[in-house]
Amino acid sequence: MRFVDEYRDEAGARQYVELIGRTVTKPWTLMEICGGQTHTFIKSGVDRLLPESLTLVHGPGCPVCVTPLELIDRALAIAARPEVLFTSFGDMLRVPGSTTDLLSVKARGGDVRMVYSPLDAVKLAQQHPERQVVFFAVGFETTAPANAMAVWQAEKLGLGNFSILCSHVLVPPAMEAILGSPASLVQGFLAAGHVCAVMGYQEYEPIAARYRVPIVVTGFEPLDLLQGVYLAVRALEEGRAGVENQYARAVTRAGNRPAQALMKQVFEVCDRAWRGIGVIPASGLALRPAYARFDAVQRFDVGAITAQESPLCIAGQIMQGLKKPHECYAFGTLCTPEHPLGAPMVSSEGACAAYHQYARKP
Amino acid sequence: MSDAKAAPIETLGLQCPIPRSEYPQVTLAHGGGGRLTHALIERLFLAAFRNPALEPLHDGAVLEVPAGRLALSTDSYVVSPLFFPGGDIGSLAVHGTVNDLAMCGAQPLALTAGFVLEEGLPMDDLWRIVRSMAQAAQDAGVSIVTGDTKVVDRGKGDGVFINTTGIGVVPEGVNISPARARPGDRLLLSGRIADHGIAILSVREGLSFETTIESDSAALNGLVGPLLGVLGERVHVLRDPTRGGLASATNEIAASAQVGLRLEERAIPLAEQVRGACEILGLDPLYVANEGKCLAIVASEAAEQALALLRAHPLGREAAIIGEVVADHPGRVMMRSHVGGMRVVDMLSGEQLPRIC
Repeated sequence: MRFVDEYRDEAGARQYVELIGRTVTKPWTLMEICGGQTHTFIKSGVDRLLPESLTLVHGPGCPVCVTPLELIDRALAIAARPEVLFTSFGDMLRVPGSTTDLLSVKARGGDVRMVYSPLDAVKLAQQHPERQVVFFAVGFETTAPANAMAVWQAEKLGLGNFSILCSHVLVPPAMEAILGSPASLVQGFLAAGHVCAVMGYQEYEPIAARYRVPIVVTGFEPLDLLQGVYLAVRALEEGRAGVENQYARAVTRAGNRPAQALMKQVFEVCDRAWRGIGVIPASGLALRPAYARFDAVQRFDVGAITAQESPLCIAGQIMQGLKKPHECYAFGTLCTPEHPLGAPMVSSEGACAAYHQYARKP
Repeated sequence: MSDAKAAPIETLGLQCPIPRSEYPQVTLAHGGGGRLTHALIERLFLAAFRNPALEPLHDGAVLEVPAGRLALSTDSYVVSPLFFPGGDIGSLAVHGTVNDLAMCGAQPLALTAGFVLEEGLPMDDLWRIVRSMAQAAQDAGVSIVTGDTKVVDRGKGDGVFINTTGIGVVPEGVNISPARARPGDRLLLSGRIADHGIAILSVREGLSFETTIESDSAALNGLVGPLLGVLGERVHVLRDPTRGGLASATNEIAASAQVGLRLEERAIPLAEQVRGACEILGLDPLYVANEGKCLAIVASEAAEQALALLRAHPLGREAAIIGEVVADHPGRVMMRSHVGGMRVVDMLSGEQLPRIC
């Protein structure tokens, strides 16, 4: 299959592994931003082919994982209402709130449906004018344009029965929060290729310069990751900081301008709480006042719902690269995919889920 | 079996024997045990399934059974939508139970069919399903010898639920059990994985791909019969990787026999368009359901012959040796990935859910 097979080629992988082995002379710690990249590393097993002196830590780029607990509780409260048809990407359905999850709300009679696109939720709102259709709009810059499009379309169609529960987050402020932390071990980044397909990589250049780190925009196939690691390690060994683009087949410096324009029209930057990490200034997107009537928090008056994280869950430390999943006391015992304490154990991009599913031991 | 065979299905009319003017839909009265129930049984079920064991319409069927060990299996079918590319709930209900018997090494003899119908089910749909079951049973060489029908209130079912129970006879010299997997044995797979699950998903979720992906639903007794006939006890394990896919089936075998299984990702047959669909949706084809594939674990010296036997059958043309049984990591399935890394293939806790981005 084109665009797949060539990036999973064993001989090519071996060449990059050898190249990385020849390049590395010192121990280095790299963070892959995106949970999809984490899963490719673990699923394909290529991380185990890398030199031992190279440490990979897993970043915060799992939209499900960083969605704050209180927002999930709000989603659960909205989804349980009889007039609501609650729509979500499949990933969010198993994520635990304080007491339950969306699949359990569905089992108790809530109308919870999985959709593949926010535009499908708009379609549902058109088909069911008597119902309140809510879409759970989570994700990074990757999903924000499609969610902006859904709101924009709902406005054009004059839909009074569509709203979104919005929890968008942005990558660059999270990277800065990680780099700014005195505990941070991260010396270089594999930036999330699909986020950059939308946003370009211009906005990473000041971060690379300020913190003197190499940032390599990287794709999601095993060979993408190996090439990304090679470019990052080569820059570290040569003492270079700056942004390099491994994922040139999808990413340009400027990114997708129409998508950015639509995002800007519908959303504005806001402070955002990240699950397990806390509030990061200017790290999220919220609906602009002109679109505030599509905000489900206001429509259903769930703003007062707040929540407390399980004190056992160290998801925040894992997503900042300070700990690995199997270093968690609860991993695989108190916290499993059947009884998760935190979102990274159930999200398909969660680091804990990857370690658990592929039974990764220390 | 031949004397018990149903009439060729082609002779059954496409037209539902219960005319639309009479009862266009199933009503609660069709399950009431009165005249309407009898009309449904005689004009619809008996017309489609007719055979000497069913004909008396007694409380149960009485069968002549050859000497030997009996295999017994039951399964309930609750698929939505009822009709999908490559099959429907009727053919699935026959194939599924025939295959469960075949995976015990048994030659299937007879099936029972229990129907839970939802009030309002179009009679034409029921007729299509029943015809499809009759055709599938005839193709698999089994008879549907007794059955039951209930009707539930509208909104309390999904159109139709079907339970089939089957019996079969395990011939002398056949000894199939998941516990018989031994280090050194080879794993064979009869063809491409994940077709059924992706076919269902694409119609259920309204996903359209460039080509229609069809379910692989098929009866496997014809495929494994020659394998067992020629290789006998050298076939150690048979399994049809249905729900939970190849990953769950291999994990169950590894746990049962307390051996390790090692798979080779690139050897596992997978259709391009199914692979594409899985890539787009973020699904792992190893966990996607199959309804017409057989996993066989055979003694290593018999592996090449087993492969040739499978490939000689139309359902096994793309059969492949996909791995081996090892003494290492007992209870665990490992796979060498396309790029040459090793990964654990574990069971999932629930269904796979498509990811966000």
